[in-house]
Amino acid sequence: MLAYLIRRVAQSGLVLLIVGMVAFGMFRFVGDPIDNMLGQERTQEDIDRLRGQLGLDQPFAVQYFRFLENAAQGNFGVSYRQGRPVSDILLERAPATLELAAVSGFLAIAMGIALGVFTAIRRNGFSANFIMSASLIGVSLPTFLIGILLIYIFSVELGWLPSFGRGETVRIGNWTTGFLTETGLKALVLPSITLGLYQMTLIMRLVRSEMLEVLRQDYIRFARARGLRDRVVNFRHALKNTMMPVITVIGLQLGSIIAFAIITETVFQWPGVGLLFINAIQFVDIPVMAAYLMLISVMFVGINLIVDVLYFLIDPRLRADRAGAH
Amino acid sequence: MTDPVLSIRDLSVEIPTRKGVVCPVDSVSYDIAPGEILGVVGESGAGKSMAGNAVIGLLNPPARIAKGEIWLNGTRIDQLSGDAMRRLRGKEIGMVFQDPLTSLNPLLQIGDQLTETMLTHLDISRSEAEQRAIAALQEVGIPGAADRLNSYPHEFSGGMRQRVVIALALCAEPSLVIADEPTTALDVSVQAQIVALLKKLCRERGTAIMLITHDMGVIAEAADRVAVMYAGRLAELGPVREILTSPSHPYTDGLMASTPLASRGKSRLHQIPGSMPRLNAIPDGCAFNPRCPYAADKCRHDPGPQGAEGRAACWFPIVRERTA
Repeated sequence: MLAYLIRRVAQSGLVLLIVGMVAFGMFRFVGDPIDNMLGQERTQEDIDRLRGQLGLDQPFAVQYFRFLENAAQGNFGVSYRQGRPVSDILLERAPATLELAAVSGFLAIAMGIALGVFTAIRRNGFSANFIMSASLIGVSLPTFLIGILLIYIFSVELGWLPSFGRGETVRIGNWTTGFLTETGLKALVLPSITLGLYQMTLIMRLVRSEMLEVLRQDYIRFARARGLRDRVVNFRHALKNTMMPVITVIGLQLGSIIAFAIITETVFQWPGVGLLFINAIQFVDIPVMAAYLMLISVMFVGINLIVDVLYFLIDPRLRADRAGAH
Repeated sequence: MTDPVLSIRDLSVEIPTRKGVVCPVDSVSYDIAPGEILGVVGESGAGKSMAGNAVIGLLNPPARIAKGEIWLNGTRIDQLSGDAMRRLRGKEIGMVFQDPLTSLNPLLQIGDQLTETMLTHLDISRSEAEQRAIAALQEVGIPGAADRLNSYPHEFSGGMRQRVVIALALCAEPSLVIADEPTTALDVSVQAQIVALLKKLCRERGTAIMLITHDMGVIAEAADRVAVMYAGRLAELGPVREILTSPSHPYTDGLMASTPLASRGKSRLHQIPGSMPRLNAIPDGCAFNPRCPYAADKCRHDPGPQGAEGRAACWFPIVRERTA
């Protein structure tokens, strides 16, 4: 188990290095940050001086190596636009995105699994078929459209929920939370549904098809032949076997919930890291973009690491350190 | 004679399809007495497993019991509600499936699978169930049973897994066990052990066994009586010696002649011409008539008598001089 874990962590580190390099390489083509930072009245001297200050005159390899060296120490440089350390900006923005992602992730997983199991067990029932048809909407409508529709219905027409922002937040240490105020909670509803709907329908459809597959297996027939209650057969025997492939996808989807938050955050003007990234792109704010991409890839890699460990816990066949009896 | 454990009367199973209703089990009747092993033989698709599934109430829809009665220990069970039938499964009727590699849940320890079955059916405590689980594993010949409770199915070999499956089927002490091809997926060397085990447990507890197989060797080894099925119908039913040595239905006769025997030497193996008809294309009259060497005009129009104890479903059963 430990050797396996160490190997996985090493692999993850390698993935991060490569992601960093690709991301960093791409930034050379998004434009020249100097253009945005200096006004119309710049001279060639100003440009050269600033370029030297920021180290942008160095070769790519040197720039990348310096970025890595600093990043390892938690230092992502200073935002070109805001003139503040990127790590401060990210820390300030991260709670908004993480809370949004957590709520929509939870919604997506809980509802997705529950509805998936329901539609699998009652696969010929009216309500199950209705849910399946309705889920096509979630799969096929683009996120921004869902967001706009929700805003139109619940904010504009009904006036129940706010259409933008986080509402009031409470500060606890370095963390600002919207969970503790009424407006904060209200503000969470629409963005988290918008962000989680696609993942929910995806998880639901996956759970359903996997579960139908598992329900056809011999061990389910045998469990029924032993007279076990339906509840036990469905939830203890079938669901556990269903979860293996589902966890893989959930892991990947959780990562993309955070990554796709960009769109939702833009639609709802949610003050999170996604919105920060969009603004950073417009200003070619390389340190912010680089730090954001690294943050996202750390999350992806981290979640996948957790998924691998979960496999281990769920499936005894992967626990190689147990002695086999063959 | 003691009352039978299982009594099937005129049982038919039908499956509605787009092209009309097919009948994989057609008016079959047989009894199984306590402690008796009834071998049910036939080719694939003859309806042997379907009859077993009907008895345990696990027909896959749209297959359904069309007519007939199933009696278990004097109670009619074919009309029971879903939940009442579930209570019988495992408790009164145990079932052993063909492939031990797939019939155990790979993610649950075998001890858990055993105790959950017992706790479902028996009014005992968890620790008591664990004790019984150990005893059950010992009984089916798992070495070091107490240490194996926490093992997962993949930690056992195929033969050992089938022993676990048998322990699971028998752990609530049912009066009837339906063994659906219990040896087919196993090595030949292990087959004999599993058959012997089933036989031993059956004798010790007086459990009746419906042994579904297409392996004549297994039948000869284990069964007391044999029911031969062909295209959903009972061709012949009788004591194993009689069926094996002097079959009276031409199909059984052909089946026996096509079983390799050491005593027959190197002579060419007999073969029944043609193949069993598909369920949607069962010929008029006796289902076997196109393949039967003795078929007469009558056989092509009239299905002939129903098979029953000592009576072949044939207009012209083979009559032999008793040699024994």
